[in-house]
Amino acid sequence: MRLAAASPRITVSVIQATEFPDLAQQYRVTGVPKTVVDDAIEIVGVLPEADFVAQALAARA
Amino acid sequence: MDFAGASTRLESRLAALDSPVRLVFFTQTFDCGSCLMARQMVDRIAAESDQLTVVEHNLVLDKAEAAAYGVDRAPALAVVGGGDDGVGDVGIRYYGVPAGFEMESIVEAIELVAAGGAAAVAAGKSALTDETLDAVDALERDVDLRVFVTPT
Repeated sequence: MRLAAASPRITVSVIQATEFPDLAQQYRVTGVPKTVVDDAIEIVGVLPEADFVAQALAARA
Repeated sequence: MDFAGASTRLESRLAALDSPVRLVFFTQTFDCGSCLMARQMVDRIAAESDQLTVVEHNLVLDKAEAAAYGVDRAPALAVVGGGDDGVGDVGIRYYGVPAGFEMESIVEAIELVAAGGAAAVAAGKSALTDETLDAVDALERDVDLRVFVTPT
């Protein structure tokens, strides 16, 4: 949410996995927190901020 | 009043808000077992500050608002600044019943939106590092993050 606040380009949706099992299944959520970036990159668990940012905002080919 | 066990510190943080923030809540009439509880939690958050306003839309009936906020499920909450003029949406959404540890991040989101979103972040009002802010500033495309959590 801090990232979303930092840039109009970033949107963040926090989803209670147990309330939306269809989404949890669609995104193969087996542990939390799990972050899915642009429906493509998956980040499981809590990473140090720098690592999280590097993965979440990495330019994709 | 407590937030399902969260500390009174969150309440005092909300009470200290000095700019308006809208809690745009999406519900639906049928097939939404948690919508009522979610609305009650949103109301409890809003009760902590005169700066907080709850705006409720029906996901099914208010299609224009749902599309405007990019919301396709309920219960959903958008934390939006700027009073009643419709600006100030920085893209923060919360799907489900606000509770537990997530209440902390919702309160922080409210604080950041109240303080002006990106301007507040740039002014150092978030805990993000300078390196993160540089990476965010360098973005040349939109990024969508979905964070799955469970109640704590």
